[in-house]
Amino acid sequence: MAERRVLFLGLGLLMICAGFLAWQIRAPYGFILELRAAKLGALVCVGAATGAATVLFQTVAGNRLLTPGLVGFDALFVLLQTLLVVALGGVGAAQIPGGLRFLMELVALAVCSAALFGLLLRRDARDITKMILTGVILGVLLRGLAEMVQRMMDPSEFAVVQQAIFASFGNVDNGQLAVSAMVLLASLAAALRMAPALDVAGLGRETARGLGLNHDRVVMMALLLMAAMVSVSTALVGPITFLGLLTASLARRLTNTHRHAVLLPAAALIGALILVAGQFVFERLMGAQSALAVIVEFFGGLLFLALVLQKKARR
Amino acid sequence: MIEVSNLSYAAGDTRILHDVSTRIEKGGITALIGPNGAGKSTLLHCLSGLETPSAGSVRIDGIDPLAVRPEERARVVALLQQSPVLVSRLSVRDLVSFGRWPHHQGRPKAEDRDMVERALTAFSLTDLAERTIATLSGGQRQRAFIAMTWAQDTPWMLLDEPLNALDPRHARDLMARLHGLSRDGARSIVIVLHDINAAAGWADHIVAMKDGRIVAQDTSHELLTEPTLREVFDTPFELLEHRGRKVVVAR
Repeated sequence: MAERRVLFLGLGLLMICAGFLAWQIRAPYGFILELRAAKLGALVCVGAATGAATVLFQTVAGNRLLTPGLVGFDALFVLLQTLLVVALGGVGAAQIPGGLRFLMELVALAVCSAALFGLLLRRDARDITKMILTGVILGVLLRGLAEMVQRMMDPSEFAVVQQAIFASFGNVDNGQLAVSAMVLLASLAAALRMAPALDVAGLGRETARGLGLNHDRVVMMALLLMAAMVSVSTALVGPITFLGLLTASLARRLTNTHRHAVLLPAAALIGALILVAGQFVFERLMGAQSALAVIVEFFGGLLFLALVLQKKARR
Repeated sequence: MIEVSNLSYAAGDTRILHDVSTRIEKGGITALIGPNGAGKSTLLHCLSGLETPSAGSVRIDGIDPLAVRPEERARVVALLQQSPVLVSRLSVRDLVSFGRWPHHQGRPKAEDRDMVERALTAFSLTDLAERTIATLSGGQRQRAFIAMTWAQDTPWMLLDEPLNALDPRHARDLMARLHGLSRDGARSIVIVLHDINAAAGWADHIVAMKDGRIVAQDTSHELLTEPTLREVFDTPFELLEHRGRKVVVAR
């Protein structure tokens, strides 16, 4: 049953992707298709990466309210963008080729997150709560640092930073997509491969260890895969804090299962579906630009509040 | 046989177990009793290999649970935690199936599915198999977790206060079930109990602990005497006989 729903999600995504590409297309077809395909690729990559990463994170954290954004990924991204503009100047930063800039951001985010998790896990592997709290505090620190640097910047340079850190699917570099897609596919394949172990890890550290699972290794692997996925999404279009929460919650409700072999693809497909369908409605049907990220954040934020108020932070 | 030699355990600066040495013979039910903070659960966790003692050693059927691979250890000894995490959307059958993880590592075979069915039957969970854990009563949920531990099919089962949150009827039913299942000699059960009468009624052997040390160890009939219980719990008791069983009343 759950598998069939994932299949329907896949078919739904294919249909909406076809609609996104072909809706009211006019000559020159090749040029327009190329533009639309790049945007579609970015939407699918970001949605899938965010959805799967959030499911992974919620499993290892043992909490259905947390998202990777809470461990400071978006804050790190903002700080990196700000420092880049400060170091090279507004014009200099804008001149770095898109693919190179993306790779730099990807490596920086992955290295920093792996260092954070590695340090915390080595110190006290069982204390996921401590790690998350440290991540939240680190996020606040990084955000504060970025704001401090931004206040000292030239207004024109600040405008360059603002453009880079606000989630937008309109300015995706073609060169970034191939790298993102490869990193995402490799991470998703690895996560699916360890899906049965993630199911056991979801029982909690002590029970999982009692069943013979090397829990700390599984958690570390899951966190690294999550770091790679979130890096793909954040470096591609900027931070979208609540998309993951929306996606993971919908995936759990729709599939009604604890099995990661179903949950991970479901969350990835739902994430892509939300973004592609949302962008299709706003851009093609309503003629509105750049509104999708705001709407996703709005509804994601509402869901977060609803979950908190209903005290549904259960496993 | 479980052999514990000079086992000590400390959490930070607090020493919880002090130089504990004992032998637990195979077969039947062995109950660990003692007041709060006596170190019963810590000893159970050390026996399971999930806690590393600060000194001393544990051997289960000659195996050091800390020296073998996790899945190998989990094929020798199964531990039921005091408060296992509840996963919503997890059915009873799925939960019990997790007990087979040490044997199949994510690739279940026919024998694994057969063992899950036998565990469901043994704990009268067949009718509840498709219900989610979150919708069960406390007693049913406890049975489901014990069935998972049972499905692990280990020679040793360690249960940490499984009677918690159970009413007298369900506690009696569970102990009777465990007693019946331990009679074939294939499984040995070590169980932490707060209810001395449950230990008196169902355990073959009792290990009495206090302040991180073993105070007494014997068959349940021999160990349950007023002086021993007074020493362990620091309170006077009255012992009565009812249908050949000892009944313990705190005075």
